[in-house]
Amino acid sequence: MTTINNEEIYTVLRTVMDPEIPVLSVVDLGMITDVQTSDDGVTVKMIPTFVACPAINVIKTNIKESLEHAGYSDVNVLIDETIAWSSDRISENGKLVLEQFGLGAPIQIDGILDLKQIESVNCPHCKSENTTMRSLFGSTLCRSIHYCNDCKQAFERFKPL
Amino acid sequence: MSAAIKNLLYRMADDELIIGHRNSEWTGLGPILEEDIAFSSLAQDQIGHALANYTILESQFGEPPPDTVAFNRKEKDFLSCHLVELPIGEYDFSLMRHFLFDHSESCRYELLLKSSFAPLAMLAKKIKGEIKYHTLHADLWITKLGNGTEESHARMQTALNETLPYALGLFEASDYEDELISTGVFAGEAALQAMWLDRITPIIEQAHLSMPDMTTIEPKYGGRRGYHSEFLQPLLTEMSEVFQLDLETKW
Repeated sequence: MTTINNEEIYTVLRTVMDPEIPVLSVVDLGMITDVQTSDDGVTVKMIPTFVACPAINVIKTNIKESLEHAGYSDVNVLIDETIAWSSDRISENGKLVLEQFGLGAPIQIDGILDLKQIESVNCPHCKSENTTMRSLFGSTLCRSIHYCNDCKQAFERFKPL
Repeated sequence: MSAAIKNLLYRMADDELIIGHRNSEWTGLGPILEEDIAFSSLAQDQIGHALANYTILESQFGEPPPDTVAFNRKEKDFLSCHLVELPIGEYDFSLMRHFLFDHSESCRYELLLKSSFAPLAMLAKKIKGEIKYHTLHADLWITKLGNGTEESHARMQTALNETLPYALGLFEASDYEDELISTGVFAGEAALQAMWLDRITPIIEQAHLSMPDMTTIEPKYGGRRGYHSEFLQPLLTEMSEVFQLDLETKW
């Protein structure tokens, strides 16, 4: 019974998008760490992506409101202090959605991050591997700037972290 | 014990807040657009790290909320070092400060990964990847400009010589060193300084800059005990100007 409820809750959570990347849900982004339902209500545990992510409170409110709108009451959204976010938590679907949105997807880093991983990205437009990193920092904290040497377009990439 | 951890958290958070504010002063002024964006992003990260530490101070030790601590504290209560207080100057100086400071921050959080104080160990884990982008950015530009033109090389060398005494002030020992070390909270400023020096030396060599003789440099101490440079108070006044208009306002 609890499992079914949780799946329904995850369905609602898949409609809550990252405000900076409005096609990527908080579930695909790997921000949700736990969902619990009991007689006292629903508790959703989540983690911010970057420590300085300015969207965290907006996301918390959006999760609460979406679940309430779907008919759940006593919704509690908590920050999970036991898990650190990594771009490895982004789902396969999330990576696909990022590329369709025009952003390069992060590669799996397994806890080790070096310049090579940061520089290596396929162009989200023409899929070419022949790209150059232009800047480690982009228009939001989670993006870097790259250039595709084949289709001659600049693009942003969701940083591996 | 809690006094020692509080002191460490304030030293870290105050450094991060003040350098974050300084880096934000490059917004709109960066020499090229990418660097304008980089320094603005560095600023946002640093102020976020300060917020995380002030939040630990509030939740674990009952200190006032982060906004109050950041915008309504006396200058003498800040424990930031002089390095972060200095005005942004020219780009060579800001870049060198970013290089020297962010490597110290990176080393500090690396040591804190093993901290016996769980909230700091967890924060260190979260921050590790973000700081990697900072140090990579700094290393890239230090080596690029160190190996650039005669002028860029000379400017980076001057910046290094002039910034090092302030950078050494980062590692001013507090009265709590022994306690922090023996309780496994933090390895201490001396260990941090040694690790930092090992980390920056190869980059300085790659940039073909020469490292001044460290034994002849007199570190700029005082910040960790509330004795600040002439530049901190004007910064605090400007940073808290809006907050001070109405202390009771809900933001």
